[in-house]
Amino acid sequence: MKPTKFDYVSPSTVEAVIEALVASNGDGKLLAGGQSLLPLLNFRMARPSVLIDLNRIEGLSYIKDRGDRIAIGALTRHRDIELSPLIASKLPVMSAAMRHVAHLAIRNRGTIGGSLSHADPAAELPMLAVFYDATVLIRGPHGLRMVAAEEFFVDALTSCLKPDEIVVEVEFPVLDHGGWAFEEIARRFGDFALASIALSVRRTGGGLEGARIAVMGVADTPVRLKQAERELVALPLDEQAPELCSEIIASKVSPNDDLHASGEYRMHLLKHLSRRALRTALASTDQTA
Amino acid sequence: MTKISVKVNGKRYDVPDVEPRMLLSDFLRDRLGLTGTHVGCEHGVCGACTVLVNGDSARSCLMLAVQTDGADILTVEGLGSPEELNVLQSQFREHHGLQCGYCTPGMLMTGEDLLRKYPLATDEEIREGLSGNLCRCTGYQNIVAAIRSAAAMRTGKES
Repeated sequence: MKPTKFDYVSPSTVEAVIEALVASNGDGKLLAGGQSLLPLLNFRMARPSVLIDLNRIEGLSYIKDRGDRIAIGALTRHRDIELSPLIASKLPVMSAAMRHVAHLAIRNRGTIGGSLSHADPAAELPMLAVFYDATVLIRGPHGLRMVAAEEFFVDALTSCLKPDEIVVEVEFPVLDHGGWAFEEIARRFGDFALASIALSVRRTGGGLEGARIAVMGVADTPVRLKQAERELVALPLDEQAPELCSEIIASKVSPNDDLHASGEYRMHLLKHLSRRALRTALASTDQTA
Repeated sequence: MTKISVKVNGKRYDVPDVEPRMLLSDFLRDRLGLTGTHVGCEHGVCGACTVLVNGDSARSCLMLAVQTDGADILTVEGLGSPEELNVLQSQFREHHGLQCGYCTPGMLMTGEDLLRKYPLATDEEIREGLSGNLCRCTGYQNIVAAIRSAAAMRTGKES
């Protein structure tokens, strides 16, 4: 339960980080908040030759208002997002989800860039990035590139990051939604989700003119359910709607069994959360209408 | 080997030879002799090794000692003394908030951070705040009661 030996560097610029990554020849690891990497090091599942600590870099921790988009620097801690009034007013689904992100001691350290790069299929920030259709800004030896969140997550614990690249910023569009809900069930409060859903709706007259749905814990990556969004918009908003909404969402995923829960149980939870999410989202549009 | 300079419980330590892979928890216990910080799971699940780093609670098994160069650390030894317990410690004693005591340092340090950052108006909020700290003896009832009481004393209300 102790890490293997490694060299340790703590550069003060992103350029120096990329130089160190290139020099490590694919055997370097970036240390941001360390809340996922340190367990991997302690278990010796990760054995990097060099650990590149990002915590001495200035200027990568920020939450900026860019009008129709909110930019979050890669080294921004979960706790800063949880407390941000700007996030609460512009990205309310994210704000509501933050208290589900692990525990206080972990939120104090963990970063958004680290969470996305780790790409856990049951972690809130990757799911929110997919829900909001965020853009991930990546720096490498050949400059900057921007990747849509849906393309960033490739598989469980696997992103599209190359070994010599680093996430520097995540940019979230401010959504024009009326009502929204974030629902999650975990074995223990703050643990990884067994199932979770983020859902928003825009109402018009007696029906919906827009919907957005993302789920996690039920596939190898967080997923946005665009087909389910279209089917939900076509539904009449009667007392059957929450049940039909849950059937639509359930028809789009097929969770696997694992150590924490059977696929069948995850499906049961997702259906339950889907019903609740639609009811909550519709109720919140009633209030704001 | 790396040289680090840290302040722990108000006292400055200059340590010239820290191996980069040394965890903060091992550094506190083995290099500084501060064995009040307990090591449980060593992968960030149990919360027993929680300390405050620059005023924020952190798992000391999920930080490297070299990362704390220049930092101000508070461990359970810095809260109070056996003769003069601090408020939260005294409420743990008052409410019998421990049995074997193994999780207690982590519970106290987490409790300190919760008391500073959250209203803790309901037991649900206290339980959510403690959800990252495992205790295998108490059933948590008395730990929650101790923190509830300390929260009430903080705001000047009787519990």
